[in-house]
Amino acid sequence: MKLQLRLFAKARDLVGQEYVEVDLDDSARVSDLKIALNRAFPQLEPLMPGLLFAVGTDYAGDDVRLADNGQVACFPPVSGG
Amino acid sequence: MVRLTHDVIDYHELTESVRTSDSGAVVLFLGTVREMTGERRTLALDYDCYPEMAESQLVQLERQAQTRWPIERVGIIHRLGHLELGDISVAVAVSCAHRQQAFEAGQFLIDQLKLVVPIWKKENWSDGTTEWVHPGADSVSGTDAAVPPASKSYP
Repeated sequence: MKLQLRLFAKARDLVGQEYVEVDLDDSARVSDLKIALNRAFPQLEPLMPGLLFAVGTDYAGDDVRLADNGQVACFPPVSGG
Repeated sequence: MVRLTHDVIDYHELTESVRTSDSGAVVLFLGTVREMTGERRTLALDYDCYPEMAESQLVQLERQAQTRWPIERVGIIHRLGHLELGDISVAVAVSCAHRQQAFEAGQFLIDQLKLVVPIWKKENWSDGTTEWVHPGADSVSGTDAAVPPASKSYP
């Protein structure tokens, strides 16, 4: 599948776009997305350890499947308040 | 009630909105833009968010608080966009029958907001640089790093 990923904050700045497309197997999980992101956008490397992922409006751990699950977003640790 | 806004926060209206005759205590927390962080001087902050998820997470926080404390009413407003020193970035108002509950619930809400709600601030430092604030961005958690850190323990 071609996954559309929405980026925020420093992740968006490093990649230079709010939305990016990533090629993944239909059975891909967040863990697979992390590997694909590393490969496609090496500039994200400094952020990778703390990068957070969300599917729909919920945080998604490594095991969460991505296909047909709603918008996928990726962002560094939050700093609201 | 939760709200994300680019407008100045009317905390008087927010506070009034949680007062009830069943509440003996109303707690209002305001987060404001502070000038100094260690030795570094802030000129301004820019706040951005992932709107759909920020709103959803704020609602979930209110629900969590409501299951842990006997809350009468609660409201959270977070401001977005460009904020100057002293501006109010966030307001949390909560009412309960008694003050201990109101204080605890209020603290829980702001503490958790800062841990889980997808809102980010960008520092505009006095040296002319700007920098997104990402606490522990490059630290390796050792466990599944894809979910935010666990909250501290509350009564």
